[in-house]
Amino acid sequence: MSQTATMTGTAPASSKSLEDGPRGERPKPFFTPKKIIIYTTLVFFSLYFLFPLYVMLVTSFKTMPEIRFGNIFALPNQINFDAWHRAWTSACTGLTCNGLSPGFWNSVKITIPSTIVSIFIAAVNGYALVNWRFRGSEIFFSILIFGSFIPYQVMLYPLVMITRELGIFGTLPGIIVIHTIFGMPILTLLFRNYFASLPQELFKAARVDGAGFWRIFFEIMLPMSLPIFVVALILQITGIWNDFLFGVVFAGTQNLPMTVQLNNIVNSAQGTPEYNVNMAATVLTGLVPLIIYFVSGKLFVRGVAAGAVKG
Amino acid sequence: MADVATQPGQGAETSTRPGFVQRLFLHNITAKVAALPMIATVLVIFVGCTAWTIYYSFTNSRLLPRNDFVGFDQYVRLFGTNRWNISITNLLMYGSMSLVLTLTLGFLLAVLMDQKIRFESAFRTIMLYPFALSFIVTGLVWQWIMNPTLGLQGTMRNLGWTGFTFDWISNPRMVLFALLIAGLWQGVGFCMVLMLAGLRGVDEEIWKAARVDGIPTWRTYISVVLPMMRGVLVTSVVIIGSGIVRLYDLVVALTNGGPGISSEVPAKYVYDYMFGGGNIGQGLAASTMMLVTVMIIMVPWAYLEFGGKGRR
Repeated sequence: MSQTATMTGTAPASSKSLEDGPRGERPKPFFTPKKIIIYTTLVFFSLYFLFPLYVMLVTSFKTMPEIRFGNIFALPNQINFDAWHRAWTSACTGLTCNGLSPGFWNSVKITIPSTIVSIFIAAVNGYALVNWRFRGSEIFFSILIFGSFIPYQVMLYPLVMITRELGIFGTLPGIIVIHTIFGMPILTLLFRNYFASLPQELFKAARVDGAGFWRIFFEIMLPMSLPIFVVALILQITGIWNDFLFGVVFAGTQNLPMTVQLNNIVNSAQGTPEYNVNMAATVLTGLVPLIIYFVSGKLFVRGVAAGAVKG
Repeated sequence: MADVATQPGQGAETSTRPGFVQRLFLHNITAKVAALPMIATVLVIFVGCTAWTIYYSFTNSRLLPRNDFVGFDQYVRLFGTNRWNISITNLLMYGSMSLVLTLTLGFLLAVLMDQKIRFESAFRTIMLYPFALSFIVTGLVWQWIMNPTLGLQGTMRNLGWTGFTFDWISNPRMVLFALLIAGLWQGVGFCMVLMLAGLRGVDEEIWKAARVDGIPTWRTYISVVLPMMRGVLVTSVVIIGSGIVRLYDLVVALTNGGPGISSEVPAKYVYDYMFGGGNIGQGLAASTMMLVTVMIIMVPWAYLEFGGKGRR
């Protein structure tokens, strides 16, 4: 657009949308009708996307009398952290009134090991699939990718039986195994594509020098795969943190993750609902993925697009 | 043989000329052991558990699975249950609306973002951040916004617009649209990112050629660029589609199936019968139907991706 303004003399050749507007120098090419439509639409949609965040934050800082006044747009009279404090320490989940903090720590306890284990196993998978192909390895990989589209509900009950049989149903190791299993397709794809993009000469040279499977993996492949590790990390931390279904089924009542406790606080608490506490709890639960999202920026985009846009 | 290229160091093993079975297991043994978690996941979970579920969906299992075959009885009962029929109708309605709108809005926004605009990364950040949030958070925020007395409706009425109605969440006829608003809020940004990647992948030469031929921009997008983005489009449909079939958390958080059973979905039916109702056979039959639904979405995609290899 910007260069078309300087080329008005040769308009017919360039003309993307120059039919409108006067000829000659335009001091402000920014305000063409087309630009106005584009920016108006984008701003309109941005408001739709931002509105809930605004409402969440504003509500969480209000007092209940302010909320009952009934203006969801209004800013709080004063910044009030009461609701945040209550949400963290004393909000009721139907049975107990310890707030969200146990859920937060449960989520931490679930997310950290699940992330590490699932990424490590997927990295080994991807490495084996690219550099150590064996009979049937591609078939296993294809089924793995297809498997990621099977609704979780289909495998839920047999998995409950298996984990119960292994004695890990309703325990931390149980939920870690489950997250490792269901993170495997996308992560394996990610690492496979990444390792396939590395120069094969490196691998061959190490092979000639007599290095084995694990040595090449730890000393050559791992140090080179930092970028994809970061992408996998982002993907897994947000994914596991946001999980609800597996947490509610497999984690057991002692380890319920934050999402489950949040839902209990808001949807199964007795008495008059405290919307400020609810919203503070909701913000708190969304905080970890949000921080990761804003810090990681473009890497997050790469992460979410990784499965879709094949490398 | 798939493993020609990669084993310069396996000479000692191959020189002994082991039999087929030994070769199958011992060749590349470390890699196979290392890949055991993957092999086990594929065989036990994705194949085994799925087969188990289909198998036992033909039994009369109630509190515990048992080998009492009843043919298609569970399915007959399933489709004779009002709640299930409402669930699949909802899924069909919500799914088609959500799929069409997510793709349309995603594409539209991607096109707008592709006009060499300023603040592109700011707009992208704003549109994609909901995707980082869980469905639970999404559902609860919108539940509050749609609260009839203190949410958007109450606010508008207090501000003087007394006829303003936005009671979708408590209105059985409109509740699917409430779900839709929340679902789109969460997912459109992701679709936009995919589409934008697709648009950026289109060769600049195509645009020049279209400009020389005097084809209007919108026409180029619809007739030239869109068909060229077939890969991204199909992938988006598959990802969004299989996400829709799984729809569960959002419903639990936003409406919990209500008002009444007007926003029930199949995934919730499965969960409630398996873990709440003590009627495993029903849950298994319902989840098998979910699998069938995904297959219907997947088969055309698999055909395009793997059947038509000549096109790549």
